Amino acid sequence: MDMIRYESVTKVFSAGKDAVTAVDNLSMEIQEGDVVILLGPSGCGKTTTLRLTNRLEPLTRGTITINHQDIMQIDEVKLRQKIGYVIQEIGLFPNKTIKDNVAVVPRLLGWSKERIRKRVDELLWMTNLDPETYSDRYPAELSGGQQQRVGVARGLAADPDILLMDEPFGAIDPINREQIQAEFLRLQAKLKKTIAFVSHDIHEAIKMGDRIALFDKGKLIQYDTPEVILTHPKNKFVADFVGADRALKVLSLIRARDIMNRKPKNILRVTDPAPDVLKFLDSKKFHYGIVLEGGKPMGYVTDKILKYEEGPVRDLVEKYPYLVKGKSSLRDVLSMMLMYNLMTLCVVDDNGDFTGTISYNDIQKSIKESYKDEAERNGERGET
Amino acid sequence: MKLFFGNVYRLFLIIALLAAGIMAERTGLVHYLSDPYEYPYILSRIWEHIYIVVNSMSIATVIGIAAGILLTRSRFKRYAGIVMYVISLGQTIPSLAVLALAMSFLGIGSGPAVFALTIYSILPIARNTLAGITNVPPHMIDAARGMGMPPGRILLEIEIPNAMKIMLTGFRIALVINIGTVALAYLIGAGGMGDLIFTGIEVMMTHKLLAGAIPVTIMALVADSFCGLLEVLLVSKGLRLNG
Amino acid sequence: MSTLSFIYENMDRVLYLTWEHIWIVGLSLLIAMIIGVPLGVLITKYENLAQRVLNTANVLMTIPSIALFGIMLPILAFMGFGLGKFPAVIALVLYSQLPIIRNTYTAILNVPPEVADAGKGMGMSQWHLLKEVEIPIAVPIILAGLRTAAVMNIGIAAIAAYIGAGGLGVLISQGISRTYEEMIIAGAVLVSILAIIVDGAMALLERWVTPRGIKVQRK
Repeated sequence: MDMIRYESVTKVFSAGKDAVTAVDNLSMEIQEGDVVILLGPSGCGKTTTLRLTNRLEPLTRGTITINHQDIMQIDEVKLRQKIGYVIQEIGLFPNKTIKDNVAVVPRLLGWSKERIRKRVDELLWMTNLDPETYSDRYPAELSGGQQQRVGVARGLAADPDILLMDEPFGAIDPINREQIQAEFLRLQAKLKKTIAFVSHDIHEAIKMGDRIALFDKGKLIQYDTPEVILTHPKNKFVADFVGADRALKVLSLIRARDIMNRKPKNILRVTDPAPDVLKFLDSKKFHYGIVLEGGKPMGYVTDKILKYEEGPVRDLVEKYPYLVKGKSSLRDVLSMMLMYNLMTLCVVDDNGDFTGTISYNDIQKSIKESYKDEAERNGERGET
Repeated sequence: MKLFFGNVYRLFLIIALLAAGIMAERTGLVHYLSDPYEYPYILSRIWEHIYIVVNSMSIATVIGIAAGILLTRSRFKRYAGIVMYVISLGQTIPSLAVLALAMSFLGIGSGPAVFALTIYSILPIARNTLAGITNVPPHMIDAARGMGMPPGRILLEIEIPNAMKIMLTGFRIALVINIGTVALAYLIGAGGMGDLIFTGIEVMMTHKLLAGAIPVTIMALVADSFCGLLEVLLVSKGLRLNG
Repeated sequence: MSTLSFIYENMDRVLYLTWEHIWIVGLSLLIAMIIGVPLGVLITKYENLAQRVLNTANVLMTIPSIALFGIMLPILAFMGFGLGKFPAVIALVLYSQLPIIRNTYTAILNVPPEVADAGKGMGMSQWHLLKEVEIPIAVPIILAGLRTAAVMNIGIAAIAAYIGAGGLGVLISQGISRTYEEMIIAGAVLVSILAIIVDGAMALLERWVTPRGIKVQRK
């Protein structure tokens, strides 16, 4: 039911010749349960758009509705109490304990002491902070990463349906950032909030977003899923922002099990004798075969290995240095292929049982499919 | 080396105290203070002194904090610069001059003294309240607003607690100066410990002088320590940590 | 106004008293600096001393000025000195210690150690570093302390008139005892103007001495 709808939203700062149009005629819809990344370079209007949503900045023109209700019809203080707000500087109140910080909005809403206490404990657990240890500490005693977790807990305290986040992980070092991003995604999978998330980092956007809204100089340039933005950038700005390595970026979105070959034709058994295998492979025009034992991949043999040999393949097998998990991204698979100089790898499930093969050609084909339309479009524009 | 200095210091203090004690005895201070005839006189001077201090400080604190807070509200922010300039100017004026001018325009007695001292004490309090609140990081206020805290709550739960340390410093400065200046208020007819001190100087009665100077010094020192205690009580633990 | 005519008629006296006042304040500031600045520098080297010295100076400043005058008189009398400028100057010197020592201490500590490190690494000699970097950074802060001390001293020196030190406070004290209103106001106004002028002049001096880079940083 929560839909945030922006209709012709415009925000102009100052007036006259100093006037700056921060947001220019924005129209877009954020669906319930989606994480939408507001992405773009500095000054593109993404933060302003966020702040317009909870009325921290007044609208110049246009309407914003939440659940079909115009935000101007609700008292601004009450509006904000129903929306979670997490900022880059975190903004924890140093004069309050962690639990008092988290409890701010529930207290404003008049929850009972008991309900607040339970909720605070619950939230701290959710964000991987042991309530026993941290409830009564002060922000000054916590690390940056811990403080940011508290910031997220604080935003979720009153269980709002909508969260507004402004570069919430920006102030954290890269290592901790990875971790907290992963935790956040796990949390979101459970809670399914509607989230508007400002970021300037394309990697973060691809990782965290169900949809990306890319802004430039106050205008919304493209609003699509990460896959579409990567494979079908609307114009040069988008293409440049996404980066020339966008093919590799797309690879991080596709999983091995999505494109693997489940029924390859060159499967061999350990006991098969070498000469027979050689004949078999030749007939099918394969230069190599995959050897399974008990349903699990043992390794591979090439025709070069098999030539002049007599015994069962078992003795001749080259072990696979790496077995791909079904949920691995193509980016990781390609990385392994490059590292071990193997054009084909086996995909296994969690038990280690063979589920299919994946080859460099498979990967290349999948990218080609994604970009097929783009090539046609580029052809129209006369670009290569 | 450190130990050496520490001990020398302690020794020095003890000798000084002893010397002071001996001197006091020689000047007849102890005799004077224990004289049942003089006793009530001294006490009423002390009481007068405290009366003026408490009165002027109470009013000054209320007005000073209110003014300081007011100048941080968006409506009045633009006046903050000018007001601060005037306040700084006011603080430059010597305390004796303030008392003298008060007497010239308002007459003698404790009334004009309280008036002069109130104005004089508002200055540090207002200035520090303003500085303290202005120093609260704006992103903290932004987070508070964004969460849906009404402005009143923000002032009470965020701005003032975070400004408290600086505000208390202002109060302390005002209080200590106030106590010292009230000692001068005798000159414009307001009584207080100044009575004993100035009379003592004039007629060279050392015991009278000390009977005035020592209590008022103790008063100032106690007030100063008291403010230290206030800091522990009023400033949140989270802010006193050296995170 | 009658106050103005009073000043005009007694110009000689007024000028003399103003000069006396400035003299007392100036001398005490000079002595205070000679004692205070080196002390401030010293305690940056001995951290444990720092706390004690600063606390002592703080206590000195907490003592009401006439009380300090009062306590000193018998002590000095015991040593053979009477009323007059001498006890006044001593008290003023003691009072100015806190702002001067504390500001010197802070000023020196304010120069970030990495700056000194970078300088040495680049091949600057101790003296060079001192001259080019540390002193320029420290001076404005020390000057600010001096300014505080100056304004404070002008005020206390006015009170010193009551222990025979002279200065503009005399106009106030005599004015009160004679109930000569113009005299009182003249004294009060003149000493206030003196304080304001000195404060303003030192503010300008501070700004003049502050390196451009620091001014920009402060903004």
